[in-house]
Amino acid sequence: MDFTLTKQQELVRQMVREFTINEVEPIAADIDVTERFPIENIEKMAKNDMFGIPFATKYGGAGGDYVSYAICIEELSKACATTSVIVSASSSLCAGPIDAFGTEEQKMKYLVPLCKGEKLGAFGLTEPNAGTDASGQQTVAVLDGDHYVLNGSKIFITNGGVAETFVIAAMTDKSKGTRGISMFIVEKDFPGFSIGKVEEKMGIRASSTTELVFTDCIVPKENLLGKEGKGFSMAMQTLDSGRIGVASQALGIAEGALEEARKYMKERKQFGKPLSAFQGLQWMVAELDVKVECAQLLVYKAAASKDAGLPYGVAAARAKLFAAETAMEVTTKVVQIFGGYGYTKEYPVERMMRDAKITEIYEGTSQVQKMVIAANFLK
Amino acid sequence: MSIADYKGVWVFAEQRDGVLQKIALELLGEGSRIATKLGMELTAVLLGDKTDDMVKELVAYGADKVIVAESPLLNHFSTDGYAKVITELANERKPSIIFVGASYLGRDLGPRLSARLTTGLVADCTSLDIDPENSNLMMTRPAFGGNLMATIVCGDHRPQMATVRPGVFEKLDRDASRTCPVEKITVNLTEADIRTNTTEVIKVAQVLADIADANIIVSGGRGVGAKENFAVLETLAEVLGGVIGGSRAAVENGWVDKSLQVGQTGKTVRPNVYIACGISGQIQHLAGMSESDYIIAINKDASAPIMKVANLAIAGDYSKIIPEMVAKINELKAK
Amino acid sequence: MNIVVCLKQVPDTNEVKIDAKTGTLIREGVPSIINPDDKNALEEALRLKDTDGAHVTVVSMGPPQAEKALRESLAMGADEAILVSDRAFAGADTLATSNALVAAIKKLDYDVIFAGRQAIDGDTAQVGPEIAELLGIPQITYVEKVDIIAGGLKVQKAWEDGYETIEVKTPVLLTAIKELNEPRYMNIKNIFEMYANKEVKVWSADDIGANKELLGLKGSPTKVKKSMTKEAKGQAELVELPPKEAAQFVVSKLKENHFI
Repeated sequence: MDFTLTKQQELVRQMVREFTINEVEPIAADIDVTERFPIENIEKMAKNDMFGIPFATKYGGAGGDYVSYAICIEELSKACATTSVIVSASSSLCAGPIDAFGTEEQKMKYLVPLCKGEKLGAFGLTEPNAGTDASGQQTVAVLDGDHYVLNGSKIFITNGGVAETFVIAAMTDKSKGTRGISMFIVEKDFPGFSIGKVEEKMGIRASSTTELVFTDCIVPKENLLGKEGKGFSMAMQTLDSGRIGVASQALGIAEGALEEARKYMKERKQFGKPLSAFQGLQWMVAELDVKVECAQLLVYKAAASKDAGLPYGVAAARAKLFAAETAMEVTTKVVQIFGGYGYTKEYPVERMMRDAKITEIYEGTSQVQKMVIAANFLK
Repeated sequence: MSIADYKGVWVFAEQRDGVLQKIALELLGEGSRIATKLGMELTAVLLGDKTDDMVKELVAYGADKVIVAESPLLNHFSTDGYAKVITELANERKPSIIFVGASYLGRDLGPRLSARLTTGLVADCTSLDIDPENSNLMMTRPAFGGNLMATIVCGDHRPQMATVRPGVFEKLDRDASRTCPVEKITVNLTEADIRTNTTEVIKVAQVLADIADANIIVSGGRGVGAKENFAVLETLAEVLGGVIGGSRAAVENGWVDKSLQVGQTGKTVRPNVYIACGISGQIQHLAGMSESDYIIAINKDASAPIMKVANLAIAGDYSKIIPEMVAKINELKAK
Repeated sequence: MNIVVCLKQVPDTNEVKIDAKTGTLIREGVPSIINPDDKNALEEALRLKDTDGAHVTVVSMGPPQAEKALRESLAMGADEAILVSDRAFAGADTLATSNALVAAIKKLDYDVIFAGRQAIDGDTAQVGPEIAELLGIPQITYVEKVDIIAGGLKVQKAWEDGYETIEVKTPVLLTAIKELNEPRYMNIKNIFEMYANKEVKVWSADDIGANKELLGLKGSPTKVKKSMTKEAKGQAELVELPPKEAAQFVVSKLKENHFI
């Protein structure tokens, strides 16, 4: 069993780390406060092929693997969870399904600009009445000659306000329940499509999270993704892949926070000693260190399974569940280690704690992950 | 040819467009000490045009002999021109040692010479001495990025070559009454020998874009007290060729601009010298400057945290100490 | 246009720490990086590749692990990478190093040779000019701008107090400083592509046909007699003197350490 990364993966890590230190970290605190979308970095990341890591070069991708993709998200997240989610939402949740289920024409038309980072993508499944229970889709799509007409709305869509390509789930046959859901590729400029409410959030504040509104939205027939009625199953598979991205993000947040704690504990002195000399705190960070290591192994295993063509849904659920809860625990305890200073914006750790929370919620709450794991365990 | 046949200590007398450089005089100062130890003659080698005044200075500052190569083609530095003249001279006269200033010019010229003469060159020497056993020149310089010091010798090749940074050695006192032989050589140089064509030379005032690039930072904190008081720090920064910095307290009080803030929420700097005035040294500040090569802290409070981190901790009032420092430095510069 | 870039893998001397107890250098765990000035040299070559289709070959003399630095160069966009590596090169000073590199470069086509001004471990700034001398080509050091003109290059050379514009015919060697450009990051697609399609060629002393007398320790006119650590930082001398004496003391310390 070889636990070492390949040379390519090592270089990807090195490249993203350098980029993160030089470009992402310096603006991370500011964009969190101002909720400013970091467009300048997005452009740089696109140029360096960060948006298409696991996709084939034929489609403008980098021709890499999912472990490298996970490493990229992980490294970005150490400094800024907002920047990393912009990439993972676009890659896993929009480019992902088009790559997995699209026709050659659809891939050439939509996948290529996504992989090159020329356009950003978003995934619309969640609705006001369909969160954890995603099957309750109320957005409908009615076939009318050479196009579908979509009506309904989606909420909490990451990249909503900045994406140009959307993969949207809509009900084409209500009588069939989940087997009546289909997926569509929607362009921002299609008539009848608009952005609704823009959410103000606790964390990942500079990422665009919005409502999508479909009012007699015209979607050409060719933009049906896969087959009618297969939408729910495609959505679930998409989320399996997306979970690797979120798990990587949570992992990176936890690692970033722990690294801040390490530096601080060596410098900060109380009672005549640095914090690192106190056993209570030593034990605390030892426990966190082990959990982060576990989270990393779960994330890499899930990604490696996908690369090997093996079923990876449960592995991804385990990784996401554990990494997210670890991120929350690590960031909370790290703020505690910093004490009063940790609660202020003087240090980045309070932002990391606010950013961590969403990883327990989106792309399937921790409770959903447990449902997936239990279903697999008890089958 | 044996090692013993090489005699004489040469100093490359660097001049820029007719202005003799201070490094040339400093090298004569140290060169004279080395030459005396070896019982050899100290020769200044000057390349340029209209050299009479410069020759006078070289004589007054300690040369035992001056060799002058005078030509309009040598007024402005060119690698090809200077290398040809000096190597031909060195091959003919066989000096034991050649010193070159480690200016941009010297660092361009030095290795070109040493490669053509197939000998060793040691760059940026901070101290020189003679090995009593074999009379080799012992050249000491920083190594491994400045984390170590190394003493290097060029035992089997001649001339032994060393470059030295400006300001490392002292020149001798000027003695206008000194005399020594001056030899003007014939210059075998044509335009075709010089393969680079200079189309313009522009002098530019150095503008610092980012405090993180500064080599010397004079920084003030809460203890400075008021915006006007930063003027004192500015005078020190100016005379040292450095810039001003400030702690978070100084910035928040409006005493310095935000772009000059050093610390956790400001910039991280690692200058050669960081002089902290009236800064207590909270870890947020230290996080921004603790990697500086040499830290000097001036603070009324001897127990302030920064005093333990500094290389040099002065308990006192910056407003009295700094003016004295400025006066002393100006005194040294005038010499 | 054919460009050869000379590059060195160095320990990141900015990250080196001193062992507090023994006062010695901690060399393990210091990351290896492409020498910063060499990265600027490589970046300029890549720019000329972008704008003028130049072919960029990177050459480095080093131990086997220097292969990583060459991989990084390929990932940044270089066309070919050659590692000149042999036990015979051990102990080389700058002249012996230059001789090895020159033997390798003579096997390549070149119009321009780019090198970094100096390496952050040796800090000598000697190899670039020595290579130029051994190849018999002109050199321009401290380059902060490069443009292609008919038959050659127009180069802006930095001086301490300004700059000089120089025109020169190729072949020529240029040494790059930080101000020349902002080096690009490795490109992720290049990372995967180069491991699939490219290899770092490794040349031994025999491959380059170098005269063994000119290499390694044997070919080094300069030899290290001894090395010692500098005084450890942070040994705070607390000084309590009246202002004039205190000022005197500080200034003398500044002078002693060659800061003024």
